[in-house]
Amino acid sequence: MSDPAIELSSLTRRYGERLALADVSLTLAPGQTLAVLGPNGAGKSTLLRLLATLLRPHGGLARVLGHALPEQAWAVRGRIGLLGHEPLLYRELSARENLAFHAALHGVAVARAEELLAAVAMERRGNEPLRTLSRGMVQRVAVCRALLHDPELLLLDEPRANLDPAAGELVEPLIGRGSGRTRVIVSHDPAGALAESDLVLGLVRGRVALLAPAGELDAAALGELYR
Amino acid sequence: MSAPGTRAVVAALLRKDLRIELRNFESVPAMALFSVTTFVLFHFGLQRDTLSGDLAAGVLWVTLLFAAVLGINRLFVADAEQGGFDAFLLSPADRGALALAKALALLGYMLVLELVAVPAFALLLLGPPIGQALPGLVLVLVLGDLGVAVIGTLVGALAVRSRARDLLGPLLSLPLLVPVVLGAALATKPLLSTPVGGLPLRWLGTLAAYDLVFALIAFALFDFLLED
Repeated sequence: MSDPAIELSSLTRRYGERLALADVSLTLAPGQTLAVLGPNGAGKSTLLRLLATLLRPHGGLARVLGHALPEQAWAVRGRIGLLGHEPLLYRELSARENLAFHAALHGVAVARAEELLAAVAMERRGNEPLRTLSRGMVQRVAVCRALLHDPELLLLDEPRANLDPAAGELVEPLIGRGSGRTRVIVSHDPAGALAESDLVLGLVRGRVALLAPAGELDAAALGELYR
Repeated sequence: MSAPGTRAVVAALLRKDLRIELRNFESVPAMALFSVTTFVLFHFGLQRDTLSGDLAAGVLWVTLLFAAVLGINRLFVADAEQGGFDAFLLSPADRGALALAKALALLGYMLVLELVAVPAFALLLLGPPIGQALPGLVLVLVLGDLGVAVIGTLVGALAVRSRARDLLGPLLSLPLLVPVVLGAALATKPLLSTPVGGLPLRWLGTLAAYDLVFALIAFALFDFLLED
């Protein structure tokens, strides 16, 4: 049996005195999807940044793709794709220039960027500075950026934000269930999260309020997290 | 997937920084304008038509230092504000590549600044003709710029993550840059005197040693500065 893709035990993170995440424990198998739900300030984005190795845990244990964090973070970097609230792209550069830059950081051929730009129908606008593009178009380029290095684990924070239905369909094969990758999705849409996840984690004020297989839950129960 | 080569990463980071600077014109034009304005103010403030010797060297280096602080403050801003730091930290690239690329970018900014500032200084303030001093002056400028680039990279990376970066940048960089200004001004003094003196090797050596020490400190600390 293969190692879990994510293994958390009593994971804790503080910002100063404030507990942002407390005692989070879970296991996610490779290829599975974890949906993370909860009201604003529940610690969802903090959890994503911890898994991405951008934050250090202040307590507990975290193993991602078989490596302990933060000690072996170097072994995980380059195997994770993060699509967060910020596109992590430079506004003055075009989509092609941004992706060529990220390709160099990951040691990936630039041809991969062209392939992804075509997949999200951005190849014709690829030479325009990002500051001239709509938020939805920038989000499509950000999807390309997150997938450029063919990551095993995708960390997605409301990945369809700013996308119209047509653009949502374009990115679906890349970041949806069919992508075959292990995924952690932060969402505010209980019904959507249930439909595309195997495991659901509900956070309230940094603590685990719910952890159950998606098949055992219904959207109404998830709505309770926001009350 | 193997980690990308450091040289390729440095080249990509430099290319990105230079492209952004060429499109924004946020750093170098501000640095050049500041230095020329300062020379004009010195011209009137000192009520002297020409300067030479230690006064000329001091005015030149203090002006370059303050102009450099403008560049240092902006060195990492695009990365901090547009997620470039996070993107870099998510990649398997060698952390030292970022330090090297930023130091090279700042060195480039300083050299371009001096292409404007030194002729302006010679025109507005300098008494002795600059021609004979130029080869020696270029050597001192490069050594001084290396110190500014290394210290500026270290301080810029530290300050940019703070909310008070505009205060923290000068507050940290100016004390660390005092030995650079001191060594560079003392090495420049004989070059701007009449008659033109030789290069003071002692001060050049001091400047080079200071650059080397800070390059080693930057190499040792930079990883730590990038971490959470």
